[in-house]
Amino acid sequence: MNGHRFTRTGLWAWVVGVLFFLFAPIITIVLFAFDGSKIETWPIRSWTTHWFSVAVHDPQVRSAFVLSIKAATLATLVALVLGSLAAFGVHRARFFGRDSISLLLILPLALPGIITGVALNSAFQYAGITLSLWTIIIGHATFCIVVILNYVIARLRRSSGTLAEASEVLGAWGLLTLRFVTLPIIATALVSGALLAFALSFDEVIVTTFTAGAQNTLPIWIFGAIRLGQQLPEVNAVVTIVLVLMVIPILIAARLTGSENVARLAEPSTKT
Amino acid sequence: MSLMRRAWLRTTLLLSPPLAWFLVIYLASLVIMLITSLWSVNSFTQSIDHTVTTQNFRQVASGAYPTIILRTVLLAALVTITDAVLAFPFAYVMARVARRRTQRLLLMAVLLPLWASYLAKVYAWIAILEKGGSVNWAFTKLGLPAPNLGFTNAAMWIAFTYIWLPYMIVPIYGALERIPGSLFEASSDLGGSGWTTMRRVVLPLALPGLVAGSIFTFSLTLGDYVTPLLVGGANSTLIGNAIYDNLLTGGNLPLAAALATVPIAIMVLYLLGAKRLGAFEAL
Repeated sequence: MNGHRFTRTGLWAWVVGVLFFLFAPIITIVLFAFDGSKIETWPIRSWTTHWFSVAVHDPQVRSAFVLSIKAATLATLVALVLGSLAAFGVHRARFFGRDSISLLLILPLALPGIITGVALNSAFQYAGITLSLWTIIIGHATFCIVVILNYVIARLRRSSGTLAEASEVLGAWGLLTLRFVTLPIIATALVSGALLAFALSFDEVIVTTFTAGAQNTLPIWIFGAIRLGQQLPEVNAVVTIVLVLMVIPILIAARLTGSENVARLAEPSTKT
Repeated sequence: MSLMRRAWLRTTLLLSPPLAWFLVIYLASLVIMLITSLWSVNSFTQSIDHTVTTQNFRQVASGAYPTIILRTVLLAALVTITDAVLAFPFAYVMARVARRRTQRLLLMAVLLPLWASYLAKVYAWIAILEKGGSVNWAFTKLGLPAPNLGFTNAAMWIAFTYIWLPYMIVPIYGALERIPGSLFEASSDLGGSGWTTMRRVVLPLALPGLVAGSIFTFSLTLGDYVTPLLVGGANSTLIGNAIYDNLLTGGNLPLAAALATVPIAIMVLYLLGAKRLGAFEAL
């Protein structure tokens, strides 16, 4: 029995250690955003909110922020439409080739992002398409669709199909059933999926580098600024703002559909 | 009969737009990339020469590239193993030891870093590991020599392990949570000690979750170029960096495309192996 208690203590110590590992870096970066000195050294000796006002008033940061918001909004809209169509199709379908379709739809998440980036870049160069806001949106929508698909299909699987069937048997065909039965069932899944797809797009850098050309989304501006290393205190503030902005949709999504499901999203699965 | 046909029609109508998107945009792009890998760049005009050649693949198999590929695969494997070791006891406590309330709190504690800004997470490690960072500070305070891990391969290993850890915890947790409690009772009734139960019951049932998590940690490391550029040093070039440099700095799209086939090939082999271990049934 003593050995048992020893194991338990050990396990909990491990948990505390991993929690420290998970959160210490995030907390460090937030603290450095308030660092009064220009050169980062630990521990922090003086405090300021100056870098936030520098960041907020920087025209480059502002235009990058606007571009990121535009791209994330439009990519999420495309993904909402195509992702839920795919979810309904795959969910209802009982046909040969269903598994191949599922596999095709999750490829953008299973293969490294750089593959999507290089593939799209090759295609755009081949077709003579100039990189623009639209090429960024195409790249983002490709993986955002998968997020929405996973979310909606999980909801469809847990709700029984009998409600929609009952509605149709009672004569409420097509759009009527969609509006009054199906949509209310998947509503929170749609909202959560959209919030997370938005967050994913807003933060994306690996694919975007190959589809953005000379334009800066916010992550691309941050990536460039870190590499140049000339305005790091401002980068700290921008990164902290991004962290806070991203926590909001995640918390709302977790509230709406349960943290269990938001976590499960990490799994590359559309299987029943 | 008519009902069957209607259902079929509806499925087709539902699936056509998303499938068209994936076929026309994603798959077609992949195919164009594969074809591009067989072309070359004309050194005078800098334009792409559409004559088919295996030149790029010969280049990938020579010079510095084999070392870079080997380094990437070894690092991806090391990161995967480290994450598995860190994640397993944590996921076990989450799934089988913690009470309901604590379980939910721990899940949230994994969820926030999972979705937190990728660049912020990588960037944090520069501040922690560089000369004036908190790790050197803590070591000096303890009277130990400062490890100076900033901008080394070790820094890259730590940063990758950190950013992908939640992707490993979540599927292992999922697999452990699904084990019926009766199996634990059965094992102890049959005289199995804690360790025997762990080894003969829990580990085999958690394996598919572990493999599923490893698909993420492995694949994500394989294609990354941002983390090596930011926290790595002079010898930290990975496949991702080679692709990035050839495409964006060198203007050699065909060579970049040929290099990109390497992670695809590795991931296909990995996924086939994972399928044999039952990773997809566990998802």
